[in-house]
Amino acid sequence: MMLEVRDLTVYYDNIRALKGVSFSVEEGEIMTLIGANGAGKTTTLITLSGLKKAQSGSIRFLGKEITKTTPQSRVALGISQSPEGRRVFPGLTVLENLEMGAYLRKDDFAPDMEKVFRYFPRLRERKKQSAGTLSGGEQQMLAMGRALMSRPKLMLLDEPSMGLSPLLVAEIFEIIRRLNESGTTILLVEQNAALALKLCHRAAVMETGRIVLAGTGEELSRSPAVQKAYLGG
Amino acid sequence: MLFLSQCINGLQLGSIYALVALGYSMVYGIIRLLNFAHGDVIMIGAYIALLTIGAGLHPALAVGITILGCVLISVLIEKVAYRPLRSAPRISLLITAIGVSLLLQNLVQLFFTADSRAYPSTAIIPARAIQLGGLSLSLSTVVTILVSVGAMLGLHLLIQKTRMGKAMRAVSEDTGAAQLMGIDINRVISITFAIGSALAGVGSVLYCCRYSVANPTMGSLLGLKAFVAAVLGGIGSIPGAVVGGFAIGFAEVLVTALGFSAWTDAVVFAVLIVVLLVKPTGLLGRGVAEKV
Repeated sequence: MMLEVRDLTVYYDNIRALKGVSFSVEEGEIMTLIGANGAGKTTTLITLSGLKKAQSGSIRFLGKEITKTTPQSRVALGISQSPEGRRVFPGLTVLENLEMGAYLRKDDFAPDMEKVFRYFPRLRERKKQSAGTLSGGEQQMLAMGRALMSRPKLMLLDEPSMGLSPLLVAEIFEIIRRLNESGTTILLVEQNAALALKLCHRAAVMETGRIVLAGTGEELSRSPAVQKAYLGG
Repeated sequence: MLFLSQCINGLQLGSIYALVALGYSMVYGIIRLLNFAHGDVIMIGAYIALLTIGAGLHPALAVGITILGCVLISVLIEKVAYRPLRSAPRISLLITAIGVSLLLQNLVQLFFTADSRAYPSTAIIPARAIQLGGLSLSLSTVVTILVSVGAMLGLHLLIQKTRMGKAMRAVSEDTGAAQLMGIDINRVISITFAIGSALAGVGSVLYCCRYSVANPTMGSLLGLKAFVAAVLGGIGSIPGAVVGGFAIGFAEVLVTALGFSAWTDAVVFAVLIVVLLVKPTGLLGRGVAEKV
């Protein structure tokens, strides 16, 4: 098991955002969390990255207990996130954004930058431009490319389809599939449940801070409850 | 000729304000704090220089110790007073900064009395005139301008080209995203305070060499004027702080040259009011725009 989350409880002031969340991610798979706005998907991801502290419960990554560690030590261990809303550094150029993704690396990261440019050729064309001038789709590519620069073992992707045209969404999802095939384990959070379930190996449904349903992507696509609530059928 | 020498005068004063304004803007950019203790760090620097020169140290060594002292005290203030408030409301941080400012002023008053002291300007920069064309400049003016411009260029290179400089910009743009990159924000914040106060240390020496006097409250007015410079340029913006610093320096010299020297402070603070009314983001400040 690559990532094991047990009974995770997280508060925002007095509001309990996660009420004992447990799930796991296996090496080499795409696991996805689907659910409505406010279900706790993003909170789960930022707690995994360490930006939010868990009140109780545990997170184990590659057998190591990381629940109380700093965000930078988790990046060093191989967890990297492309956050909700992209959050690229608007005043930094595309190249500088990618360099920041490789911040903890002491070795030569030029080959990884080349890899990112092969996945996202448009970033190469715009590498000297400041990230704030990119379109929404390009910023999403940059956020993903930046997350790849640390050579993550586990990549957390938060709403990569948000605000993008269907054509771009298809392109981004195709890249997620290729990334996974080349060996990166992926935990994907999506509101576009239909696409996410088709892409993933396993999935879980979150509702108001809990995981209410889990299974393979196919099982969940067939589940009447999921169809009714998330697939418009 | 008079015009030219006034311009150089403005350049000298402006470069000092710019050095101090940079510290304000860098710290604001990175933790959104108006560090009102920044001016008092400059005052501390003045007293360190007084003591070290008084103890007979070589001026170059004394200047080095002054800059180092400013760095250490700022980093210490950040660790002890500001870091515990990292997730507190910004107003708590601001009030703490004012508290630290008062603490420093009163500590110095306690140990050195409230009296003004003569600053050993000529020990640091000898009183000498330099002839440049038909222009006669004091050595201290030339040194001030050259050192400040050098420091600003160095800062520019550091921020634009080095890994730490890029991390500083990343943290100032989005602290959370910077953490996701593995950037240790506490370290970056400490280094930002260190660099800002090293510039303040340089500014302290240059300022005192111009006015040859030090007292426990000297930091407030200098600090406030540099703050106005930072706001005029756009708080948080590095080039803005430089532009604002020179603008305030020139404005002061102009007002004095026109014969209203008693009004210089009033003019500076009138600039603040006008900026806040007309363009609160300052000359080079960025507005906030969201992209979908």
